[in-house]
Amino acid sequence: METLQIYWWALIALLGALLVFLLFVQGGQTMLFQARDTMTRDLMITTLGRKWELTFTTLVVFGGAFFASFPLYYSTCFGGAYWLWMLILLSFVLQAFSYEFRRKKGNIMGQRVYDGFLFFNGAIGCIMLGVAVGMLFFGADFSIDMSNLTRGNSPVISVWADTHGLEAMISWRNLLLGFMVLMLARTLGALYFMNSIDDGNAFQTRMRRSVIVNGSVFVVLFLTFVTVLLTATGYGITQDGSVVAVSSKFAENLMELWWLGALTGLGVVMVLWGLVKTALKPGYRRGIWWSGIGTVLTVFAMLCSAGYNSTAYLASVTDPASSLTIANSSSSEFTLTIMTWVSAFIPVVVLYIGYVWYKMNAHPVTPDEVMSDSGH
Amino acid sequence: MNDLMSVVDWSRAQFALTAIVHWLFVPLTIGLSLIVALMETIWYRTRDEKWLRITKLWMKFFGINFACGVATGIILEFEFGTNWSNYSWFVGDIFGAPLAIEGIFAFFLESTFIAVMFFGWKKVSRGFHLASTWLTALGVVLSALWILVANAWMQYPAGMKFDPAQMRNVMDSFSDVALSSMAINKFFHTVLSGWVLGAVFVIGVSCYLLLKKKNREVAVCSVRVAGWVGLAGILLTMWTGDGSAVEVSRVQPMKLAAMEGLYRGECGQGLVGFGILNPDKKPGDDRNAMIWDIEIPYGLSILAKHDPEAFVPGIDDLIDGVELTAGGDTIHTVSYAERIEAGRRAQAALADYETARKAGDKAAMEDASRRIDADYRYFGYGYLDSPQEAVPPVALTFYAFRIMVIAGGYLLLFMVLALFIVYKKQNWLEKKFILLGGLATIAVVWICSEAGWIVAEVGRQPWVIQDLMPARAAVSAINSGSVQFTFWIFVAVFTMLLAAEISIMVHEIKKESGNNILNK
Repeated sequence: METLQIYWWALIALLGALLVFLLFVQGGQTMLFQARDTMTRDLMITTLGRKWELTFTTLVVFGGAFFASFPLYYSTCFGGAYWLWMLILLSFVLQAFSYEFRRKKGNIMGQRVYDGFLFFNGAIGCIMLGVAVGMLFFGADFSIDMSNLTRGNSPVISVWADTHGLEAMISWRNLLLGFMVLMLARTLGALYFMNSIDDGNAFQTRMRRSVIVNGSVFVVLFLTFVTVLLTATGYGITQDGSVVAVSSKFAENLMELWWLGALTGLGVVMVLWGLVKTALKPGYRRGIWWSGIGTVLTVFAMLCSAGYNSTAYLASVTDPASSLTIANSSSSEFTLTIMTWVSAFIPVVVLYIGYVWYKMNAHPVTPDEVMSDSGH
Repeated sequence: MNDLMSVVDWSRAQFALTAIVHWLFVPLTIGLSLIVALMETIWYRTRDEKWLRITKLWMKFFGINFACGVATGIILEFEFGTNWSNYSWFVGDIFGAPLAIEGIFAFFLESTFIAVMFFGWKKVSRGFHLASTWLTALGVVLSALWILVANAWMQYPAGMKFDPAQMRNVMDSFSDVALSSMAINKFFHTVLSGWVLGAVFVIGVSCYLLLKKKNREVAVCSVRVAGWVGLAGILLTMWTGDGSAVEVSRVQPMKLAAMEGLYRGECGQGLVGFGILNPDKKPGDDRNAMIWDIEIPYGLSILAKHDPEAFVPGIDDLIDGVELTAGGDTIHTVSYAERIEAGRRAQAALADYETARKAGDKAAMEDASRRIDADYRYFGYGYLDSPQEAVPPVALTFYAFRIMVIAGGYLLLFMVLALFIVYKKQNWLEKKFILLGGLATIAVVWICSEAGWIVAEVGRQPWVIQDLMPARAAVSAINSGSVQFTFWIFVAVFTMLLAAEISIMVHEIKKESGNNILNK
């Protein structure tokens, strides 16, 4: 059972890491208003438009997989931090039809409004997803009492702070992570544009500048976040099963689980290498690969550290006994086993996505292609 | 208590709103994905450019609609957690798995290959493109499969057991969940009805093209493909509808009674072909259920039991726990009052189990566990205040069922007529009233489809999980004001979404009808 829980937490961490990487779509959406002309904006939208569904799908699968493997998280956090998840939801709903509708005649609200929706999704979606992940590191205010199920008049098992997620949105540590995610997404978005769009040197130069500016802010935010995280008090599980506050819990995790620390270090180096090489080497367009893979490794390792090594991955700061761990919140052994067999299909999914991506991105997008494109 | 019921009502309203709007888009996606794939296959085999133009025409509508289905689908997934948090824990061990499988098997397939469908014409080979179109259609169907498995499980919980230590249900047979008769029937009934809706859309829009007189060949070719898809779809939908009635009679007899407005059943029960319900009728009183009706003798017994003499229980029979034998003798089953008592006993036993567990008293735990098992099948009734609370909204279910069946019958005739005209009587395509009728049928099929959804979902109230958890025990601990606020936000977003989609569709249809599509 423990092995299955560890395996599924790793899968959740991997899906989360892939989602953070794929947020380059959202990051790119926040840069649309910086385009100097309509053609450049259409080029940017066209390249993003061929990938948005992958990001969207990864979010949906991330939610579904979390529900299937750790249903108590789904029950507690989604039902508790209501406003946070509703805001995330709203931003992604607006995104989904904006791509399809923005250039269509008869779209009622006009292209600028749909582009505004895309900006909203890019900015708010990234920040709020960062806030949601922040709760995995810094905890939240909730309590759980399963025996409420036997009380006919108020059978709800989990009760969250009255502010229902608003408190998480104004927590400076969560917001720090949120803005860090936004700046990372913008940096990756600029790197993706450089790799995917063929619109002359001026465009490449502007995107390079974007990488430098956004990347620099991201690095500052990342260093601040890491400092905060490594010195923060986490919640650990003692041998008798109780949950207690442990100072510098995440620093302890990264040292005790050395491979997570190494993976984090490797990921950070790859992200930085992608940024530095792009900034210093004119004509270099493949920074997205270095920074993208580095992002996946880093986020994967950090999310793993939130749940491994006897750590409460969603700690209740007001009632530690209610904290969620991968042991007390998971599905049953039977379900996790079934789902593990299902997960054997994931490499096939990755392979066909990779193949299609390769076929569709074999050549950069050009203005001519956008002119003849009936899509976004 | 009042606030709890208000939260329940608003959460219900929000979920119903989302599902109704989602269901506007999904059947069109299901139907159009198949029709487009068939059209592209014809192009692939004949290499006739005409079919490429026709494929691209309908693919355009598929694309406009697809995004809306995606946008509304994610809301449903999130709402299981945000609004129904108790539900998410109580059955998450079973319900979450189909959602995750849907994501892994279906969503990635759709989202990956739809990009090739729309942007890959010049980037991949003809064969690869055709395969992508079919894989997208497959993804759509697989998505429907897994969400309908999940939905069917809520209506007919199987393949699980209750774990008192964790106070939740856990899966013990995946095949019982995925392959239950309810799941299989629901899957085919729903997907096939999507074929019909997609077919009617294509035929209806083709009628408009014919009215504008510039694209006769496009319209005739489209109607031929859509007509066969629609005819197969409606025949099989009716067949699976018959299976649904038998299933509902077996596992949700209260829903069947509500569908019929039946309060006191009998052997050889007639079927109400059409009727007007008495709005003052309440369970247990002596008023007539119908103000006026046309009854088909023995119809309901045949429909529900495939036996003209079989007894079909009504709402009052179920509440009282009464059945009749063929000889007219009364058999007492478990009344709803007894079920409520049993549910409360199970909940009290669960509380005892928890107390014993905390005290480490294994003997008391075993005793409580036995008592839970004895009454667990009625666990959800323990949350109800009265037997009448277990009766779904009768009028809505009754009228929606009639609308679905009557519209379904009309759609069968429509498909036969459409094929007859395009194969045998093409000169009828000049008749304006026929073309306007075809166009108007687009509205009929959507009403039919939504009515079917209402029968399935309203008819099973108050249960989110049949007999085990009513809606009032499934909600999150949020205040009703919050849910009201998000409800109205969704109303605004969906209104905007629908208005934009309809406007774009109408604009595209007008534009295409003004062009010569084959000579663009």
